[in-house]
Amino acid sequence: MSTWDRFVDTFFNGKVMAKYLPDILSGMVVTIELAVLIVITGLGAGLALALIRSLAIRPLNWLIVFTVDLFRALPPLVIIVLIYFGLPYADLSFSGFVSTWLSLALVLMAFSEEIFWAGITSVHKGQWEASRSTGLSFGQTLMNVVLPQALRLTIPPLTNRTIAITKGTALGTVVAVTEILGEASSAMSNSYNPSPLMMGAAAYLVLFLPVVVLARRLERKFAWKR
Amino acid sequence: MATLSIVDARAIHKHFGALHVLKGVDLKVAERELVFVIGPSGSGKSTLLRCLNRLEEPSSGSIVVDGIDMLDPRTDINHARQRIGMVFQSFNLYPHMTALGNVTLALRKVAGKSRAEADRLGHAALERVGLADRAEHTPGQLSGGQQQRVAIARSIALEPRVMLFDEPTSALDPELVGSVLEVMRSLRESGMTMIVVSHEMGFARNAADRVVFMDDGLIVEQGAPAEIFEHPAHDRTRAFIGQIQRH
Amino acid sequence: MIQTFFNFDIIVASWPIVMAGLLNTVLLSLIVVPLGLFGGLLLALLASIRHPLVRWPLMAWVDFFRAFPPLVLLILLFAGLPFAGLDLGGFACVAIAFFLNTGAYYGEIFRAGIESIPAGQVEAARSTGLGRLQALGYIVLPQAVRNVMPDLLSNTLEVVKLTSLGSVVAVPELLYQARQAQSLTYNPTPIVVAAIIYFLMLWPLVRLLSRLENRALAGRR
Repeated sequence: MSTWDRFVDTFFNGKVMAKYLPDILSGMVVTIELAVLIVITGLGAGLALALIRSLAIRPLNWLIVFTVDLFRALPPLVIIVLIYFGLPYADLSFSGFVSTWLSLALVLMAFSEEIFWAGITSVHKGQWEASRSTGLSFGQTLMNVVLPQALRLTIPPLTNRTIAITKGTALGTVVAVTEILGEASSAMSNSYNPSPLMMGAAAYLVLFLPVVVLARRLERKFAWKR
Repeated sequence: MATLSIVDARAIHKHFGALHVLKGVDLKVAERELVFVIGPSGSGKSTLLRCLNRLEEPSSGSIVVDGIDMLDPRTDINHARQRIGMVFQSFNLYPHMTALGNVTLALRKVAGKSRAEADRLGHAALERVGLADRAEHTPGQLSGGQQQRVAIARSIALEPRVMLFDEPTSALDPELVGSVLEVMRSLRESGMTMIVVSHEMGFARNAADRVVFMDDGLIVEQGAPAEIFEHPAHDRTRAFIGQIQRH
Repeated sequence: MIQTFFNFDIIVASWPIVMAGLLNTVLLSLIVVPLGLFGGLLLALLASIRHPLVRWPLMAWVDFFRAFPPLVLLILLFAGLPFAGLDLGGFACVAIAFFLNTGAYYGEIFRAGIESIPAGQVEAARSTGLGRLQALGYIVLPQAVRNVMPDLLSNTLEVVKLTSLGSVVAVPELLYQARQAQSLTYNPTPIVVAAIIYFLMLWPLVRLLSRLENRALAGRR
């Protein structure tokens, strides 16, 4: 066997790949589920916090800012480990899936709150005044006039951040979540062959590369007009 | 002169921190009257205007507009503001909506009109400012003068009892000023009560019923345009008018 | 509750282990951040050659690493390469993975910075006789770096946080050491302590960033 053949036989072994393809596919399903849950709950919570912050209730805002700082400063893996390995000591046990979901959703919440808030504050004061002068209430102005402009402003930084955090689903493998990397790793140790890992890597690209390319387009479309 | 005042502001004081911007201003405006407020920058004229619809909260004083006590905490301020149109120096059109969308938002959300009814009223308002054919344009596609006319349409669509103009032409290129003044003149002819803060002295001369000169947070003097422009009683007024006219 | 999660005796007992981890995290950061910056600068300089044959592969390279989870890259190097007879060890794998992954992110930031400098700056510099590289080094880069400082800092924060991935490949950094201490003491206190250390270490940077970002976004209007 030539070196090349040996290389292919090791890293792209057809038999091993065929055998473990179903595992990788089921890992993809878990990754997608996890990612969708993280994006929906993380962005939802982030937007909710930003809206609450706009009410300008002092003690509440301090709490929000501290929470945001906390989850921006802590590495996601540390949060996952804390929830998964730490909370059971307080008789609170979460599965690896839930631990990963919670952790990354909290991180995305923190980052997106910061971005949503920056977007809201960057809408010109005159927009508030014009709207309020025609009789719209604070809430109506926020929802109809300010938020639509703020969201447009936040799309580029938000998509990038969302992708970066959602990729973190791979961290779930540390707490035994059977997502792509988890499935690939266990298949690799069962088969003594790295081919499943290569498949796993490809699976991530299949899932995330289109999103990255789409984000690049969005970024251009919503680029700041200077 | 006037019988019943539609705007009655008394002893208005406004502090911004240590800054005393309004030092006890009284202003009465009669129905159908056009009052022109002039004065150097920092004299408090814009602040006074913004106190009238409570975009700024006066520190003390009383404001009654069309029989509604604006400073009474029980007053539904959003409802009251519908009766007081305001036009801003920087237009403040909503950039993410069409001209029609700008005009109809408050009609739908505050006045509770159906979309069809709001659209009908919105088109009528745009027609009045001569922009019937620009309904589907966004602010970015309109000239400054057109934007300001849309902003005027946004206010008049709500059928306000009073219109406040805060330097409506200051941000416009000179060749676009005329179209906005034209709309203001036709509003005046339709009987709208207007309070205008502006440096357009020519417009003041031939359209205003009364000119009010403010300086340093107080009304220094007021009277018919000819009187104020030709025979100002105070040195400060004379100095200001001299400066403006040399300009 | 405090007895469980913030047990004083356990803090004392695990202190040396956790501190050794902190030291390694700092060292690791001091290695991977410059490495990533270097990789990013390299990419950005390549990107300033505006030839399609350079541009498209570069963009593909960057997008590839934006789509690829860093942990997967790390595992690929750590567990995959030995099958090709290359056993680099955890530390080298972390260094290489970070060079590739964070280099791509830094590269995008530098590129945006360089593109934000008007062409007139280069023309002015060249008109005074500066060479192409001199114009880049003395005129463009200093301004570019200043323009994208918030993004550079923000990415650096992410890189330092990312060093916690080292724990997965047995690099004895802060998280790894804390987990060792946890399994030795059957108590979560060391992990809590590690989390507090991470927070205290990175909070000032987060505060600074949040200010810079707010100002940047507000300034766009």
